[in-house]
Amino acid sequence: MAFNNFEMGDYQTAQTLETFGFLPKLTQDEIHAQIAYIIAQGWTPAIEHEHPSQSTNHYWTMWKLPFFGQTDLNSVLAELEACRRKYPDHHVRLIGYDNYSQSQGSCFVVYEGRS
Amino acid sequence: MAVKTYDAGVKEYRDMYWTPDYVPLDTDLLACFKCTGQPGVPREEVAAAVAAESSTGTWSTVWSELLTDLEYYKGRAYRIEDVPGDSESFYAFIAYPLDLFEEGSIVNVLTSLVGNVFGFKALRHLRLEDIRFPIAYIKTCMGPPNGITVERDRLSKYGRPMLGATIKPKLGLSAKNYGRAVYECLRGGLDLTKDDENVNSQPFMRWQNRFEFVAEAIQKAEQETGERKGHYLNVTAATPEEMYERAEFAKEVGCPIIMHDFLTGGFTANTGLAKWCRKNGMLLHIHRAMHAVIDRHPKHGIHFRVLAKCLRLSGGDHLHTGTVVGKLEGDRASTLGFVDQLRESFVPEDRSRGVFFDQDWGSMPGVFAVASGGIHVWHMPALVTIFGDDSVLQFGGGTQGHPWGNAAGAAANRVALEACVKARNEGRDLEREARDIMTAAAANSPELAIAMETWKEIKFEFDTVDKLDVG
Repeated sequence: MAFNNFEMGDYQTAQTLETFGFLPKLTQDEIHAQIAYIIAQGWTPAIEHEHPSQSTNHYWTMWKLPFFGQTDLNSVLAELEACRRKYPDHHVRLIGYDNYSQSQGSCFVVYEGRS
Repeated sequence: MAVKTYDAGVKEYRDMYWTPDYVPLDTDLLACFKCTGQPGVPREEVAAAVAAESSTGTWSTVWSELLTDLEYYKGRAYRIEDVPGDSESFYAFIAYPLDLFEEGSIVNVLTSLVGNVFGFKALRHLRLEDIRFPIAYIKTCMGPPNGITVERDRLSKYGRPMLGATIKPKLGLSAKNYGRAVYECLRGGLDLTKDDENVNSQPFMRWQNRFEFVAEAIQKAEQETGERKGHYLNVTAATPEEMYERAEFAKEVGCPIIMHDFLTGGFTANTGLAKWCRKNGMLLHIHRAMHAVIDRHPKHGIHFRVLAKCLRLSGGDHLHTGTVVGKLEGDRASTLGFVDQLRESFVPEDRSRGVFFDQDWGSMPGVFAVASGGIHVWHMPALVTIFGDDSVLQFGGGTQGHPWGNAAGAAANRVALEACVKARNEGRDLEREARDIMTAAAANSPELAIAMETWKEIKFEFDTVDKLDVG
């Protein structure tokens, strides 16, 4: 395929914040589905938040403790909302802790803070 | 104890090395060879000859054998099996006592098992199909310098395969132009880029110059994207001294990961470099140039599952495994068989995947499977299904061949990858719904739409040369 300069796209670098950073903002239903996946894997949902200026650090601030034993999707969604209301200018991410591999089976930014 | 007397001359191997009643010990190192003997040589004699020549035996009896207890040290052929669908070859199973091997030395294991015996005249062909390393031996090897869990934490990559690309053209770019290509890939959404295996330190681009420009490319991409990035700086060199010098410099300029070719560089260099990486907090990507020379012939050489096991023990955080779907050879079941050997802590015997033994890896860290070679966005649903999250998917031409350039090509791949991971997590069947998932993702990404148009016709459909043995 040959393109002239007018047709050729100019890719703009973006702050993409790792996994799912290249997808359109997830809808409530889509967030719901990812929480369901985390719980179905037997992982523990957890929430972290951080100011965008500090977001490249390994550690973000934890929102409460990971929700051990939590199987109610709506209560995880409610916690995400509560965290966002409390820290509207922070990024908020959802994590699925996998204690077998001692890793995070899932981790993605749900809400981006206003920077 | 019975007294033995010295009886010079040539004995049949099977008198001493064919022991069908032997029950292997948990501490034995077990091997399965596919043997093709010369016509007229009995199977038991061939199997016994392989056991003898790869352990304590030589062609003639020698008096000094009587100074030791060869019953303790000898390898034993303990089982023979038919190869399904092949009447001229058979499998020989051999048990070696642990004391035949130096601790932590894959070099020593291979020198014994695949040494002189492969040139043995009584054999037409010989192939080492699998090794069961006893856990006692595994605990003497350091293995991967970091492993999957540690690498994910260092790079903050979770819940998906990582995305990479080998920088092209693989030879001939100046260091500054090369760094440009790296930067464009990384800013577009790749996590990692890679030196081609034949990039070492040629006249057009000396290693020091390359390392400096690449380091700047990584740094700039990290600042602009807010993501962690890396480039495998190839430190494979003519001598270990030069290899370490390059590794030290890669660390000095702040690169998180280096690269080595374990077969052309050799296991001594590889194991040494892996230990250096553990000590210096560097990740280690392993390329496998020369493997097809050794592993592609179905009746001679060493199966790649053995080379993969050896690499996990020698040390590496990534290993190329083929793609199943791209331009290079690789049967799906067989590939899944050795991908398990890289990543799992226990792999049960499974002949349908070419796995001949249970293999307990204990606490040995896992190795990322790297799928690289002739893959593009249309392969993404299959790749995510086949390789799962603990993999690196590398699109070289499939990134840099994008009509809008590297950054757009990288973005196209990243969008496709994330759309597939998201759909998988939602419980959708990636391979069956591939077209729908990709088309929906492309609606929000002009880069992906162009990529899908560019590569829609490319397929690599040739039959596999090395198939699993099935009846």
